[in-house]
Amino acid sequence: MSDVVEKTLIALPGLFDSQTGAAKITNRLKQLIKSITELTSKHEEENLIKQELTAMKEQVSSPNTTMKQMREIMVRAMYCEMLGYDASFTYIHAIKLAQQGGVLEKRVGYLAVSLFLNEGHELLLLLVNTVLKDLQSTNLIEVCMALTVVAQEFPKDMIPAVLPLVEEKLSHPKEIIRRKAVLALYKFYLIAPNQVQHIHGKFRKALCDKDPGVMTSSLHIYLQLIRENPDSYKDLTGSFVTILKQVVGGKLPIDFNYHNVPAPWLQIQLLRILSLLGREDQSTSELMYEVLDESLRRAEMNHNITYAILYECVKAIYTIQPKAELLEKAARCIGNFVLSPKINLKYLGLKALTYVVQHDAKLALQHQMTIIECLDHSDFTIKRETLELLFRITNAQNVMVIVEKMLDFLRVCNDDHTVIHLVGKVAELAEKFAPDNSWFIQTMNDVFSIGGDLLQQDVPNNFLRMMAEGSESMEEDEQLRLYAVESYLSVLNGDCSHLPQRFLQVMSWVLGEYSHLQEDLDPREVIHLLMKLLDHRRVSLETRVWLLSALTKLCEGHTDLILDLSESLSSSQDTVLRQQAHELRLLSQDSQIHGWALPRGATWDSMEVDSSLSFLDGFVSEALAAGAAPYKPPHQRHEELCEERALSLEPYVFSLPVSLSSCSITDRQSPTLPSVTSELSDNSTDLLQKAGSSALIFEGVKRVWGKDGYLPQKETTGIAPPVEESSTAVLAPIQQRAAEMLEPQPEPLQQNQEKQQLASSLFVGLGAQSSMSLLGKSEAPPPRFRRKPRLHDSSSSSSTSEKSSESSHSSRSTADSFLYGNLLEEEPATSISSFNHAPKSATANHSQANGLGQNKDIVSMEADRQANTSQILGSDMVIVRPNKLQDRYPTRVVSDLSTLIPSDLKDLPHSDVISLTSDPSLSLSSCRVFKDEALLLVIFISNCTETTIKDVAVQLNCGELETASLRGNVMDYLEENSTSVCHYTLLMNDPQTQVSFTGTVSYQTQPGHTNTLMFSGTLSTVDFIRPLVVSTEEYGKMWLSFSHDVKQNLKLLTDAGDSLRSTLNVVKETLQLHIVDIIGSEGIVACRLLSGAPCLLHCRVNGEALAVWLRSSLPALPDCILYHCQKALAEH
Amino acid sequence: MIKAILIFNNHGKPRLIRFYQYFAEDMQQQIIRETFHLVSKRDDNVCNFLEGEVFHPIFSLIGGSDYKLIYRHYATLYFVFCVDSSESELGILDLIQVFVETLDKCFENVCELDLIFHMDKVHYILQEVVMGGMVLETNMNEIVAQVELQNRMEKSEGGLSAAPARAVSAVKNMNLPEIPRNINIGDINIKVPSLSPF
Repeated sequence: MSDVVEKTLIALPGLFDSQTGAAKITNRLKQLIKSITELTSKHEEENLIKQELTAMKEQVSSPNTTMKQMREIMVRAMYCEMLGYDASFTYIHAIKLAQQGGVLEKRVGYLAVSLFLNEGHELLLLLVNTVLKDLQSTNLIEVCMALTVVAQEFPKDMIPAVLPLVEEKLSHPKEIIRRKAVLALYKFYLIAPNQVQHIHGKFRKALCDKDPGVMTSSLHIYLQLIRENPDSYKDLTGSFVTILKQVVGGKLPIDFNYHNVPAPWLQIQLLRILSLLGREDQSTSELMYEVLDESLRRAEMNHNITYAILYECVKAIYTIQPKAELLEKAARCIGNFVLSPKINLKYLGLKALTYVVQHDAKLALQHQMTIIECLDHSDFTIKRETLELLFRITNAQNVMVIVEKMLDFLRVCNDDHTVIHLVGKVAELAEKFAPDNSWFIQTMNDVFSIGGDLLQQDVPNNFLRMMAEGSESMEEDEQLRLYAVESYLSVLNGDCSHLPQRFLQVMSWVLGEYSHLQEDLDPREVIHLLMKLLDHRRVSLETRVWLLSALTKLCEGHTDLILDLSESLSSSQDTVLRQQAHELRLLSQDSQIHGWALPRGATWDSMEVDSSLSFLDGFVSEALAAGAAPYKPPHQRHEELCEERALSLEPYVFSLPVSLSSCSITDRQSPTLPSVTSELSDNSTDLLQKAGSSALIFEGVKRVWGKDGYLPQKETTGIAPPVEESSTAVLAPIQQRAAEMLEPQPEPLQQNQEKQQLASSLFVGLGAQSSMSLLGKSEAPPPRFRRKPRLHDSSSSSSTSEKSSESSHSSRSTADSFLYGNLLEEEPATSISSFNHAPKSATANHSQANGLGQNKDIVSMEADRQANTSQILGSDMVIVRPNKLQDRYPTRVVSDLSTLIPSDLKDLPHSDVISLTSDPSLSLSSCRVFKDEALLLVIFISNCTETTIKDVAVQLNCGELETASLRGNVMDYLEENSTSVCHYTLLMNDPQTQVSFTGTVSYQTQPGHTNTLMFSGTLSTVDFIRPLVVSTEEYGKMWLSFSHDVKQNLKLLTDAGDSLRSTLNVVKETLQLHIVDIIGSEGIVACRLLSGAPCLLHCRVNGEALAVWLRSSLPALPDCILYHCQKALAEH
Repeated sequence: MIKAILIFNNHGKPRLIRFYQYFAEDMQQQIIRETFHLVSKRDDNVCNFLEGEVFHPIFSLIGGSDYKLIYRHYATLYFVFCVDSSESELGILDLIQVFVETLDKCFENVCELDLIFHMDKVHYILQEVVMGGMVLETNMNEIVAQVELQNRMEKSEGGLSAAPARAVSAVKNMNLPEIPRNINIGDINIKVPSLSPF
């Protein structure tokens, strides 16, 4: 470092002559601050700052202001901006200062610029030249400042201008410059990854830099790169391990020590990188076992920073492929964290425990007493984290205690956000594990009254749906409903002025629907109660509507009670209330209509909802005849809108506004229904995404576990915790004995005993479960309130069951198959797979086989099972069953599956079939089918076992893409050695060079035993690019209308005769582009993102390179396409 | 990556604000306010990490539940780092300590006033610790060396021969009596705790 100092000192004399006088620079600032502190109100402060700003404005525009005064003004401006006042008039002066001043001015100028301006600010362009100049300066300080400002913010488009200079700095003799250059490049990588592609080699050089500081900086880049794409960097594992070994072994200069720990931050960074590399990769993991062990061992000194390393170590050990010995040590380490009196460590320990406990519940058992203590901890955060942990270990046996604890916490918690979050969890647990009806209803009552109106809407919705749909046993449903009615009546008979609206709504609905179940109850009493509520001032309008609809259900034969009410409400100012009152009066008078409109006790299954809205057909055809535009789904409209925007010369399409309000669906069964139906009419992908995102709560962590390998290893080690079998039965005698022995000190003991009892009730069931829970959360006992499987989807419940698929794995998400079923006129896969059973029980198949074929066909199938089933099933049958195939080829080659691509997709271009994942029972492969308007992801699910697998459900998540399941993602049965096919349509709206998708398949090999198989994969923009066939004129017109462009030089392939043509052909092969025209040394190429935004390429041979100019209506699209062009040419 | 570094006093008055991710001006102020409300409610003996308040507005303001706040409270000042999941909680906690110790070294017994009157200097020091949201240097001696280098440049400008520390203490003495105590500025030094209290 000292040589830097020397060098700068040499450069310093130049500064002397420019500045004279030792005036206090911050004089005005001091005054300003002093006067601000003397103020008493915000208003005065505002005035003062305003004055100050005006004064500054004058000063900056005055020609007499010296550089030094300017500096001082900048600091004042920074101060004002920090307080939240706008000093934008100084921005330009900040840039000027950086441009013109000496080193000191530059320093202030650069600082002000980096504080004031953001990446997109237009003034930043003015800074580019200054930065360029300073990067070339011989003064180290100037170079440092320029690099700092570049790393802080720099306009994306200008990166190519400074890139060579920054790159050059990577080989600068001074380590501080090299280090800053590496970070600046990392920043470039973050904002424009395509621009720095070519310098990956230099990153590697930085990693091998002789200065450890530079190497540390380069780890920032590698952490990011490896997170994005771990597979490409596996070869570096050895290097990282060696570096870590050296660091841990104290091979670094002593300067790098922090409290005697060698380079702790470097260690943390390395451990993170290793955990990313070793994830789901046995061989890579094996490379790092030793060094992880070493780190754990070395880090056992008692300083804060060593805990940071230990924590990172533990996380790494649990992320990579497990090794028993290390796991044992890591578990002990977590124990130390949890037991630590230091609160931060305790917190992290609990977090680690939450993370681990889903795989190894025994660990929670070991620390049960600590966990109990944490429950009563004074720190709110610790408490909440503990509850989170308890939530993860809840099972049917301990649910009552855990929910009780959560409710206790909620009653004293005053943070709204925590309440919302936790209340949802309580509701989830209650629904999943409720031991009996009364407990369930009581808990839900608590949920509703504590959650109040903050509650997320899906909690009451789910609850009501469960009440309505019921479980598999009629008797139990009846009991649950009866109990609910009873409980609500007693609640309403008490003081109900404080009850939240949502609770009132739930109660009114239940009473309206089910109060007739209680035979000895006088309906008049209920009506009175509801009417009393209706009069209550605190009851909101929405709740009144609920109450009225409940009354409408009950009113039959009690006209006398109703009349007054409906009379008074008929003059209500609210139209909805008025309408309801009107209906109420009519229905109460005519019992025949009442019985027809609101059949009592009718099951939901029998309720027919005309989901195709066929009753509107007449209206629609009339409107069409009158010249209205035909209906288009929203996404199609959106796409067209994009196109219209692109070709703005076209006149707008005339469309007649179709008013839906005149034909709104009013469903009086429940006020929830209108909202449900409106949701249905939405794009179905919304629902899917919702389901996907909520399901994430469970997953996420699970991914890190290897498919197999952990379980057997665990068994061999057999860590035997002292309290492994902690059931009440085991613990109780011990406690008794302990109590007898230690009678002299009853006080603390009793307390202790209480805790022990609590522990035994909290952790019951964990020991026994621990061995099987290793495979994941999904093995929890099936939810108590299991939804009835239904063959015919009724619209209302299918959409809601989609929402709740998170809470019960077995509930089938039927919304999508329903939504698309009609459109595609295909049978959803559920009925196809159940058709497999047809031959065995020929009598039972009639209903299932409808639409698929005649009975005769089935008989023939029985006669000749070897015949290709697809023929039997008829031409509209798309899924080809692979029975025959597999008989012939017992060892299945993946590519065979391509014959299974549904016939309507066979003619479309498609990729090879690749294997996604597999486990002993299922194997998954996928194939991409390129449709013009979407990418179809075809997933083949093959049953490799000799038994039938049941309840197979596929779920695909991809945040960046719009996904929709077309069919086949839910199956009741998958026969032995058969393969089923499901499709997903993927739409890319925001171009990205690469997107990854993840998904799960849940299935049951034995009843009640759900397994989950995870899969993931990546897709690139290329999959979404389609050729755009346009004429040269059209191309010209479009070219002018697009605003986003990117220029870059690409490699020109010179090996063939016509280099331009051959280069373009190579690009075309990989990227499905359309070559519009080639004239001389220029070529124009066009493509589009699916059927959406076009991207135009203009290529010109420029010496040895191909100058490509891309334009598109989407900002990110040119970048992505450029990236893939580069890649295609590089790989050629 | 570090998304923002906020330093404010016990009354929520910002003393140093540095965002490494763009937020509109009013958004920045809102983030400062929300962070202050969140942090100031907490006792000194609770843990120094805030995350998982998934629904808390601050996290939706910053842009995701992936983010966490790591803070330390020194006498009159709160040092809050807002980071994403790629940073280690305990690592950042010690980084704050390093930063404060560096300030202490540069200003000789640093106090809130130093931060107010030498906002620019604090920024320069911070620039040597964190650059564009990435941790650049964690070695206190290195940071101090870099800052000293720049200070020397400044000194030579005015031909000031006095040690910067003396200049600083002169400023402090000059101002202290004039500043009313009941308003935001306290004269209490930021105590740099020994590294054990965690």
